[in-house]
Parts: sequence; structure tokens; C-alpha cells
Amino acid sequence: MDKDYQKLVFEYRKSPDQGRSQPTRHPVIVVGAGPVGLATAIDLAQQSIPVVLLDDDDRLSSGSRAICFAKRTLEIFDRLGCGDRMVDKGVSWNVGKVFFHDELVYTFNLLPESGHHRPAFINLQQYYVEGYLVERAMELPNLDLRWKNKVVGLAQRGDGVELSVETPNDTYPLHCDYLVVADGARSAIRNLLGLTSKGQTFRDRFLIADVKMKADFPTERWFWFDPPFHRNQSVLLHRQPDNVWRIDFQLGWDADPVAERESERVIPRVRALLGKDAEFDFEWISIYTFACLRMDQFRYGRVLFTGDAAHGVSPFGARGANSGVQDADNLAWKLRLVLNGKAPDALLDSYNDERIYAADENILNSTRATDFITPKSEVSRTFRDAVLKLAKAHPFARRLVNSGRLSVPAILRNSSLNTPDRDSFAGLMVPGAPAADAPVTAEGKPAWFLLHVGDEFSGVYFSDGSPLAPEVASALGGLAQGAIPVKPLVVVPEGKGARLSHGLSAIEDAQGTLAQRFDAYAGAFYLLRPDQHVCARWRQFDPARVQAAVARATCNA
Amino acid sequence: MATLNIEPNIGEADDFYEDLIDMHRDLTSEQSQLANAKLILLLANHIGDLAVLREAMEHAREGVAGTQAA
Repeated sequence: MDKDYQKLVFEYRKSPDQGRSQPTRHPVIVVGAGPVGLATAIDLAQQSIPVVLLDDDDRLSSGSRAICFAKRTLEIFDRLGCGDRMVDKGVSWNVGKVFFHDELVYTFNLLPESGHHRPAFINLQQYYVEGYLVERAMELPNLDLRWKNKVVGLAQRGDGVELSVETPNDTYPLHCDYLVVADGARSAIRNLLGLTSKGQTFRDRFLIADVKMKADFPTERWFWFDPPFHRNQSVLLHRQPDNVWRIDFQLGWDADPVAERESERVIPRVRALLGKDAEFDFEWISIYTFACLRMDQFRYGRVLFTGDAAHGVSPFGARGANSGVQDADNLAWKLRLVLNGKAPDALLDSYNDERIYAADENILNSTRATDFITPKSEVSRTFRDAVLKLAKAHPFARRLVNSGRLSVPAILRNSSLNTPDRDSFAGLMVPGAPAADAPVTAEGKPAWFLLHVGDEFSGVYFSDGSPLAPEVASALGGLAQGAIPVKPLVVVPEGKGARLSHGLSAIEDAQGTLAQRFDAYAGAFYLLRPDQHVCARWRQFDPARVQAAVARATCNA
Repeated sequence: MATLNIEPNIGEADDFYEDLIDMHRDLTSEQSQLANAKLILLLANHIGDLAVLREAMEHAREGVAGTQAA
């Protein structure tokens, strides 16, 4: 029997930092124990940076809230040591269907190829995601999670941040080198600093009815435009664990947000979809509006904004929580290198630049989806309907249908941390792209490529399986000895599990998929960042070039 | 790069025009709007070149928004 994560209450405990004569100074404080703050804190703690995580509450997310967690997020959760729990509990899905009126117009598959550890998406209530992350956090002795600790004051000094923290006992001062803000869309810290998140608010209202029922709908994302059971509006149906189904009804701007939450108003809407005899219980009912917003900068001195505090999107596309977890993934290793004196503080500017680029991409995609779902003019609606009418018979029109462009990670093509290609490569693994997964064999057992890279820089050397030249083996082994270590990994063809010298380890490219996805033949070398993004690649391994690329990727060039 | 062809390009110009009007036969104004939208989408896909399509959109909008009512 599962724990009831919705009912968990975490105990406030007095910290030794309270009541000291001098404020304690920590390297990093993270504010907000939602998915993004937890991911950041876990990532830092795993990288041996002691971290204090403050949350003003003592409970997990109330209601299901974010439910769609994307492949890239799951890969990050794998690195954080809790991917399996998420995927085991979550409902995996790859297929979506789009209906117009009462007709199916098309079906899409978000992961049409095999050879990936993780599915395109899992659906999992936010309180499970937060619960599993909290449990992972509690395994880390250098992660100090403080419930009922609310930041009520903040001052930035030249070399740090000074907080005033309110608890059920007292208000105490706390200092840090860097503050990571993950306190959500209505960020209290953002307000304390007099900053805003700006953008476009949409004049539409949506009703979420999460219902518990036994139903035999397939595990697919179903989206209706203008269905007979909810005329002129859209409806989304999606499965969650525990026989909970997310039903999302578009209501229009004129809907009364208070009255529409009443179950006597919601029941007929749900019955219209499920049938008049349907039996179900409500798990969560919510009315929401949304906006596409972002802050001008995500870095203000020693304060770094992440997740919904930094940027907001419409929910169509699952780009909120997913992009926030990617913020954490991007930030943690940079903070570690800066705090350890291995990289200049300027490396944190690349967090700002890379994640603003990603936020803008997410905002663009979610704005376009919203404009399709909620046409703003008569002619916009006419074109929308024309696209849907054509989509059934004409494949070209299906590409125009937009019920949400579902979250994929940004490719940081223009990042200053990338070393531009000097050799030519085909395929998707350009500098800036998150590394693709592939099935591999490690120590004779089936495994996955992405489980072997990350946390540190990784140097992936593709070999044909013949013994490595001694100077190559020695240079690969030497990568791990640099000031900023690069973990070498030799990829050999299937069945060539080579014996390697110089402390090198090899993985077998089980079906040649890895080499194919990276357009790599023998001799090719990929440099991956600690967040698994490609930052440089060559047709031939040259240790001097690798050193230069590491320097560039850490602002040490 | 391809550019929008604005030279005469339809051999049977009068036939085309008649067919275009005929496409809307017996349609209400709303239905005609929908048919026009479908037609635009089909043709746009046939052209396929975004630069050409953008040029056509500019021509189409020209003199429309700024027109003063009589």
C-alpha cells in the first residue's frame, strides 16, 4: 500500500543555526521545496556541496497539479537517483490522439523509435514527484531540508546574500554565498527584491477535474476540439496512477471561477464526457487561468531564479515543471565549480543566458498552442477549424494541429560554452544538444548510455574494439586527472568488451545505436557536460583540444 | 531563393476565376470563409517555401489595413 503523500506533514525542527550569536553562512541556500528546488538541492548535495533547502510550508503539493513529466526530466531524475521510482509509479505514455467534433483526426507518437531507457512521458501527480524527491533528499547527509522556514527579508551584499527567516519559534538570520530561488509563480523572493515576471496573460479559464474511476480508456493523451459533449471549447483527458484521470475543460473567459468549482456544476460536465451512469469521485477540482511570463534576467548578482519563479507558460505542452527541472540540471554543476574555485563566477551568467533561451522557446511553443486552442478572432478560429477539417485526410495539415507542443529540451546551439564544430557530423547531436540515450552493455549486463555519463564532464571515445594505442589510452586516462576532471568512457562495438589499461572502462554499443545516433565512427570523441549536454566533438581525439573545450565550457578560456 | 511569381502564370485565367467563384456555390458566408481557409492551407502547403508565402501574405495585406472608409 502506498503512502498517502497528500496527507504527509513534515515536522518542523529547530536548526542549530537558530539562536547563534553570529549568523551561519552556507555556500548555497535554495528556497522552495517543489520539484525544482528539490532537484537543485539534491543535485548540489550529490556533488558534495552542502545545501540548505527552505520551505515555508510543511506539506507536499496540494492537488495533482503538474502531471506530465518528460523523458528529459526522467533522465535528470535518473542522475538524481530517483528515476526508477518515478517511472515505476508513473503511467508511461507515448501516444496522443486529437479529435474534432466527434471524429478522430489523427494520432501521434512522441517516441516513434525504440532504444531509449525512458518513455516520452510519464503521468504522475506532483505530490508523488515531490514525495520521492524529498525521500531522496533525506538520504543525503549534506542536504538540510527545513520545513516551516519562510524567508521574510533579503539583502544582497557584495559577496553574499543575507536572509531573515521566520519559523514557528523565531526569526533568525542566515547568510549564503549564493541563493537559488525556486518558490514558484508567485515568488515571494522575487517580490522582496522588487522584481517582476512580465508577459502575456490569456483571457480564458480552464477547469481541472481529477476524478477517480475505473475506466478502460487507453493510456493516451486525448484532446478534443469542440466535442459534442462540450460545445465550442476543448477538453483533455489523461490517465494518472491510482485510477485517477485528469479531465481539463476549457470554459472561456466569461465563466464564473467560483461557481464552476462547485461539484454540482462539474458533475454534469464529467457525465457528458463519460456517460450519464459513470461513477467517479473527485480527487481535485481547480479553475485556472494562465500567462506566459518571464523575468528580464534569471541572475541578479548572487541570486539565481529557477522554475516558475523565473518563467511561466501555459500548461499545454507540459513545459512548466519540466523546464524548471532542466533549470536545476543546468545550474547545479556550474554552482559547484564556482563554489569550489574551479570556474569564475561568470560561468553563472551562462545559466542566465542558456535558460532564458530555453524559456523563450517554451514560451513561444506554449503561446502558439494557446493561440490554436483559444483562437483570438473569428478568422483565427476559421483557420483553426479548416486545419482540423483537413487533418483527417491530409497529413500536411496534421503538422499544423496544435493541442500543445509537448516538452522537449532546448538545444543550446548558440551557447558560449560550446566549442564550434571543425569536423563535419550528421544527425542531432550538435554542440548544445542534450545527449541521446541508447542501449549499451556494461560489465556484461544490459544498461543505458545516459546512466554512464553526467555529474562530471564525460569524454566519450568511440573505438572499433581493437586495442587502444598506448598514447591514446594514456591520454584518455589522463583526462580524469585534470583540474576539472573529464570522466573517460570508451565505446566499443558489441561483443568487443575490450580489456583496457589506464583505469579506462568500456561500454559496448549493443546494437550500434549509440554510434548511429552520434554519427560516430572509430576515433570520434564527444565531450559532454555534467548535465549531459554535448559541448564539443571531433572526428579524432586530441587531448589538447579537449582541454581547450573544457576551459571554454567552464569560462576558464 | 525563390520569390513570389506575380507575373501572369495561369494559362486559363477565366476558367480559374469561374471555378474559384463556383467553389463557393450555395455556401453561406461562414461556409465560404471555411472553404477559403482550406484552400489557402492547401495551396500554402503546395508552395511550401516560407519566404514565398510570407511575400504573398505581405502582398495580400497591402492597402487593406490602411484603407480609409469612404
